[in-house]
Amino acid sequence: MTAAEGSPSARTEQDTLATPPMVRMASVDKHFGQLHVLRDIDIDVPRGQVVVVLGPSGSGKSTLCRVINRLEPIDSGTIEVDGKPLPSEGKELAKLRSDVGMVFQQFNLFSHKTIVENVTLAPIKVRKRPAAEARKTAMELLERVGITDQADKYPAQLSGGQQQRAAIARALAMQPKVMLFDEPTSALDPEMVQEVLDTMTGLAKDGMTMLVVSHEMGFARRAAHRVVFMSDGEIVEDSTPNEFFTAPKSDRAKDFLGKILTH
Amino acid sequence: MDVLLDNLDVFREGFITTIQLFALAAVGSLILGTFLAMLRVSPVPVFRAAGTLYVTLVRNTPLTLVFLFFFFAYPLLEIIDLSYFVAAVVSLIVYTSAFICEVVRSGINTVSVGQAEAARALGLGFGQVLSHVVLPQSFRSVMPPLISMLIALLKNSTIAGGFSVREAGAIRSILSERGEDQMVTLLWIAAGFIILVMVLTFVQRTIEKRWSVAR
Ligand SMILES: Nc1ncnc2c1ncn2[C@@H]1O[C@H](COP(=O)(O)OP(=O)(O)O)[C@@H](O)[C@H]1O
Ligand SMILES: [Mg+2]
Repeated sequence: MTAAEGSPSARTEQDTLATPPMVRMASVDKHFGQLHVLRDIDIDVPRGQVVVVLGPSGSGKSTLCRVINRLEPIDSGTIEVDGKPLPSEGKELAKLRSDVGMVFQQFNLFSHKTIVENVTLAPIKVRKRPAAEARKTAMELLERVGITDQADKYPAQLSGGQQQRAAIARALAMQPKVMLFDEPTSALDPEMVQEVLDTMTGLAKDGMTMLVVSHEMGFARRAAHRVVFMSDGEIVEDSTPNEFFTAPKSDRAKDFLGKILTH
Repeated sequence: MDVLLDNLDVFREGFITTIQLFALAAVGSLILGTFLAMLRVSPVPVFRAAGTLYVTLVRNTPLTLVFLFFFFAYPLLEIIDLSYFVAAVVSLIVYTSAFICEVVRSGINTVSVGQAEAARALGLGFGQVLSHVVLPQSFRSVMPPLISMLIALLKNSTIAGGFSVREAGAIRSILSERGEDQMVTLLWIAAGFIILVMVLTFVQRTIEKRWSVAR
């Protein structure tokens, strides 16, 4: 499958017919105490598809990401990754997590390790790769995200944009089947947003399956096959970027777009 | 000066025993204390309860009582015979590890949850998350209180002198039999301890300097 061929939607149809979706959530519910954060969520992310999730603060976008690798357990419903239901704990769960890359708003690079050590830790400890081989792969990934010269520095010595690119390289080092991004550019100074979005666009072009929580419209229009709009724990709209940004159906989406477009 | 030079053999033997007691007890307490801290943050309720019970029990027991237990009560259980020296090391470990546990646990709480989450998201197991990500950062943040605990351990080790272990605290009674001046003897012993504490403080500074460069 090459990304250059055909339109995004053509690729999607072909894949849904052939194989189970990479991520599948059906009737998922989740509460934090009294608060109903995910309400009856149904969503499929087919292989190779890039889905952008947006919605007001507190609508449950982060939680949606975090339940996919069970950083948060759910109350009811099913979640499947690559056709297999999520294991509830132990080795099986760790194995699943190693196949699901995650990029956080706050980068969360290991502050006591150098950039290259950050990238090689999991391949060495989880995948049991020899150190030299892991380092070689890590350097290739750092080259891909454009920070080879930062390899032996500590996270605190890097700019926010460089740290986030390092975090992306760290996730890619596990050769994940799908990547989750939770507002990857929200903690960045404006001048660094683009470098991170460019890295993500590159990944999308290479055919990575991605679920991206982000309000960056430029990215959504350029790289996303689908836009999912959440509000109050529900999926309110699920459409193409063009449809969503030019002709949102619900009042909640119109209201939300009005707010993000005016500032 | 004569008191020191005339009895150099006694001072040397005493302080060497103190250093041995201290080194073994320090390593043992760091290991057991870290293990207890892991129990106390574990997701398994039984482990957490066990850790809490140990810490509560031991922290509220006077050290002398712990020594009395291992020298007089434990032998009655007829498990493994401990020499006086080993019994003293064990007593010190049992006692100090409860305090180390609490220091390490407070260090674990200073590490942001995002660090552990990122590690879990990469597929690291509970033990790997702790040993590769959380604990190394915790130790960095609790270095000063940890060294204070070790200094306390060093001084506490003199209790062994009252239990037939010929460490530095026992020098006075040996020299008093030789008819030496008590005041001068004690001042020399104190000087010895001050030097040992200074060595520990130096070690602390060196480690802190190295870690601060690494950030
Ligand atoms: N660990 C938690 N405990 C309790 N409430 C939480 C927790 N995490 C998130 N919430 C609440 O759940 C709601 C959804 O949060 P979140 O998924 O982070 O939304 P978003 O990412 O869309 O801003 C918010 O009201 C938030 O305060
Ligand atoms: Mg969020």
